[in-house]
Amino acid sequence: MKRSGALLLFPLAVLLSGCDFVVLAPAGDVAAQQRDLLVVSTMLMLLIIVPVMALTVLFAWRYRQSNHAATYTPDWDHSTKLELVIWAAPLLIIICLGALTWLGTHLLDPYRRIDRIEPGQPVTQNHKSLQVEVVALDWKWLFIYPDYGIASVNELAAPVNQPIDFRITSSTVMNSFYIPALAGQIYAMPAMETKLHAVINQPGSYTGFSANYSGAGFSGMRFAFHGLSDKDFEQWIAQTKSAQTTLTRDSYLALERPSENEPVRHYASVDPDLYGAILNLCVERGKMCMNEMMSIDARGGLGLAGVRNTLPLQYDKLARRGAVFGNKLSYVASICTAEEAAAASRASRDGDAGNWPIRDLSPLHGVGLLKPGAGSRQAEADKPSLGLLRLEL
Amino acid sequence: MSETLTKLIFGRLTLEQLPLHEPIVVGTFIVVALGGLALLGAVTYFKLWGYLWREWFTSVDHKKIGVMYMVLGLVMLLRGFSDAIMMRLQQAIAFNGSEGYLNAHHYDQIFTAHGVIMIFFVAMPFVTGLMNFVVPLQIGARDVSFPFLNNFSFWMTVGGAILVMASLFVGEFARTGWLAYPPLSGIGYSPDVGVDYYIWALQVAGVGTTLSGINLICTIIKMRAPGMTMMRMPVFTWTSLCTNVLIVASFPVLTAVLTLLALDRYVGTNFFTNDFGGNPMMYVNLIWIWGHPEVYILILPLFGVFSEVTSTFSGKRLFGYTSMVYATIVITILSYLVWLHHFFTMGSGASVNSFFGITTMIISIPTGAKIFNWLFTMYRGRIRFELPMMWTLAFMLTFTVGGMTGVLLAVPPADFVLHNSLFLIAHFHNVIIGGVLFGLFAGIAYWWPKAFGFRLDPFWGKVSFWCWVLGFWFAFMPLYILGLMGVTRRMRVFDDPSLQIWFVIAAFGAVLIACGIAAFLVQIYVSIRSRAELVDVTGDPWDGRTLEWSTSSPPPAYNFAFTPVIRDNDAWFDMKRAGYRRPLSGYKPIHMPRNTGTGVILAVFSVALGFGMIWYIWWLAALSFVCLIATAIGHTFNYHRDFDIPAAEVTQTEEARTTLLAAQGARV
Repeated sequence: MKRSGALLLFPLAVLLSGCDFVVLAPAGDVAAQQRDLLVVSTMLMLLIIVPVMALTVLFAWRYRQSNHAATYTPDWDHSTKLELVIWAAPLLIIICLGALTWLGTHLLDPYRRIDRIEPGQPVTQNHKSLQVEVVALDWKWLFIYPDYGIASVNELAAPVNQPIDFRITSSTVMNSFYIPALAGQIYAMPAMETKLHAVINQPGSYTGFSANYSGAGFSGMRFAFHGLSDKDFEQWIAQTKSAQTTLTRDSYLALERPSENEPVRHYASVDPDLYGAILNLCVERGKMCMNEMMSIDARGGLGLAGVRNTLPLQYDKLARRGAVFGNKLSYVASICTAEEAAAASRASRDGDAGNWPIRDLSPLHGVGLLKPGAGSRQAEADKPSLGLLRLEL
Repeated sequence: MSETLTKLIFGRLTLEQLPLHEPIVVGTFIVVALGGLALLGAVTYFKLWGYLWREWFTSVDHKKIGVMYMVLGLVMLLRGFSDAIMMRLQQAIAFNGSEGYLNAHHYDQIFTAHGVIMIFFVAMPFVTGLMNFVVPLQIGARDVSFPFLNNFSFWMTVGGAILVMASLFVGEFARTGWLAYPPLSGIGYSPDVGVDYYIWALQVAGVGTTLSGINLICTIIKMRAPGMTMMRMPVFTWTSLCTNVLIVASFPVLTAVLTLLALDRYVGTNFFTNDFGGNPMMYVNLIWIWGHPEVYILILPLFGVFSEVTSTFSGKRLFGYTSMVYATIVITILSYLVWLHHFFTMGSGASVNSFFGITTMIISIPTGAKIFNWLFTMYRGRIRFELPMMWTLAFMLTFTVGGMTGVLLAVPPADFVLHNSLFLIAHFHNVIIGGVLFGLFAGIAYWWPKAFGFRLDPFWGKVSFWCWVLGFWFAFMPLYILGLMGVTRRMRVFDDPSLQIWFVIAAFGAVLIACGIAAFLVQIYVSIRSRAELVDVTGDPWDGRTLEWSTSSPPPAYNFAFTPVIRDNDAWFDMKRAGYRRPLSGYKPIHMPRNTGTGVILAVFSVALGFGMIWYIWWLAALSFVCLIATAIGHTFNYHRDFDIPAAEVTQTEEARTTLLAAQGARV
């Protein structure tokens, strides 16, 4: 009997040994701590699960109908002591587990900067964290390295034993950014930013993917994550910088269109304002950015006229079709003075569209584009432009 | 015909919308159509239409409605399981560059439909059917509080099921996952009819579920036999009460959130859009505020079933009745405080995540207490290993594992690495199959003799049992392993060949489960064929303890000739012990509700309304809406709602039973 049991277990052992249990044997310190918590919690619960399962089998066997030797007490249905035990035992386990959860959740909060590279090695002044801006696209991943001014698609690289700070968003629908070997996942959501802090401890090539279904090309939404030594990382940066392509707003808009199983791409340079524009849904010309809109709203808003003040995405399947019963949508494209508005309406009535005595319309006010010669968009977003509010009627 | 006119008449429904280019769907359609024609032909040939309409479709008898719910659940189980086995096959072969046999368009519909159907149109009808059949009998009532509403609720559930099934052959179903998270389910990214089918099917069925919940709460609160105080109610009735409280408190949230999504899609509001101030996170929160209680809606009644079964087959009073009741109430309340654990990874702060993680763990305390109570009910009992008890033991051994992995997922840092992985899939199938489905099979085997007057064939029952239990372990243990290997859910193709073996094992498990389902159907067939040998005339084949076993099997339309008086929570056991004798004279006329076809008609209009809205056939939607309201108002003028079963008929029925019992030599 024992022998046949061992024979049955053998193929299982072979199967299991051939597997890569990345969640149980990760290469990053954060994931390793998450794994530890997982294992400790399991052990804690087994303290009660194993006895329960054993007792179930034991009682079922011992008190079978044919066993007349067993005691039979058909009216016994209460015992205060036993009741106390059966409520207290799970309660105690949950108190331990709850304490562990409270500590673990705060310690491993993905928004919290990591304070150690690995056990016994705290983060010091010498560690410069790598900034990565992650954008989930339909259906590929874009990684922007603001410190280096480069970007890559479906390939992520980071130096080992250096903190990595991810800022994560999505272009259209919800995804989840997950590299099991590195750290737990966090959702990537459009017009919102999530954060993840992690570190990779062992050099190697790992897999990352979206862990939240996002449409037809979801299965192919995978990327390689390389943990590299400092030297190899410098080399990777240099190699990326030598790429022929650059990532501008226009090339981003082309990249953003839905596509499946995209190959790895490198961009030698990237528009420094691109990530902010993606996050604020204003990469396209003629769109007001979310943060600008919110800044206007925070000052009281534009009233009914400003209800629709950004344009939607406009390309193939992703074009917002408008609802069947809704009005044809109109948008606030720019904000101007009453005289300018009157002139514009006069001009359009006279069919003299080319001769508006109004301010420079290109680029528009409040769009996510720079005025020629203006400073960086980030700086403008930081000090809300009061000019936008000069709307007099 | 001009294009405008076509559009006016057919909305966006065109011939191209029929999925003639999908050979699998066409094949399915042919099989379903032939099967359906054969069924309709047989019903016509045997002249059963009148019988079905009079005795079943229009019936307001809670027992018949309960049985019809079970039939609906079984039919939809076949559909939901077909989806499951297609997924398992796809995932087992889509390796090494193979695309498998399903394209993304089809595969994404399949996993969405599988989830929606299994929860809303399999588990819910089964659970509601069981409660409908058993609760009035257990509390000594003659029907539910609102018999017509009960019939109407059932047909609305069928209406929702019809819309889901229609999506298979006309148009397509949602490709969004079973909870249809926006922005993916918004008009921008899902402009087709799939999400509209989803919304309208759930809205139509949701009306039925909510009304049925109200109905059963009223029944339990107001219609208990004299002497049955709250703390003398059978545990199944208690868990049903809590379930229906959950239904009434949570389904309106689902209705509201789907209405908001529909408004986004139809009139251009921006509740859940990316821009214009919409926020998809709001949808995720709202749908899980319904979704988490829903889990307990499904499992609580089955906890009740296990309590009844353990006590009956151990020949013992239930251990810790009071703590069982309070455990159920605590679970009911706590189930509203845990919804966020479904999305720890959406970026809430650590304190919020810990709060919801810990509340989730706290639920395991009353649940653990329940397991212990069943354990100590078995302790010093005389356990008979009949089918219901076998299912219960399988449940206790399976569900504890699922409970453990559930608590594990409630630890937020552990959830960060396991969220949306196949580990999660294994977990919730572990509790839904190991808890809800095993409980349903226990309940069906337990109450079948009550419903039909003969037992289920034990041999085929055991075949089904072992196929299901082994099939479950084969199908889902590999998924736990794959989850720990970092494999995520809803994948259509894989590039790591070392994973394939586990998917093959899982597919083998699914085949075993298919055998389990087949054996269950064979069991029903064999039992009906040899009903003469399996017959039970006593009405109490298991030496039961609760009131439903005191009446005949199947019970007469009026359930109890005399309303019983209750002195103990094992009422029937107490009556038997006290030497209860059936009264043999003094029958009075019994006041009963009259059948009505209004429920069917209202449901037909609701389906037409849904279909019109889905396909933008505005005239149909408007017309059916007007008809719906008019019929509902018209029904309020129907004053022929009740009748009396004459005393002579009651006497005749009861005397027939007396004769039968005497012939069997049983105690009269």
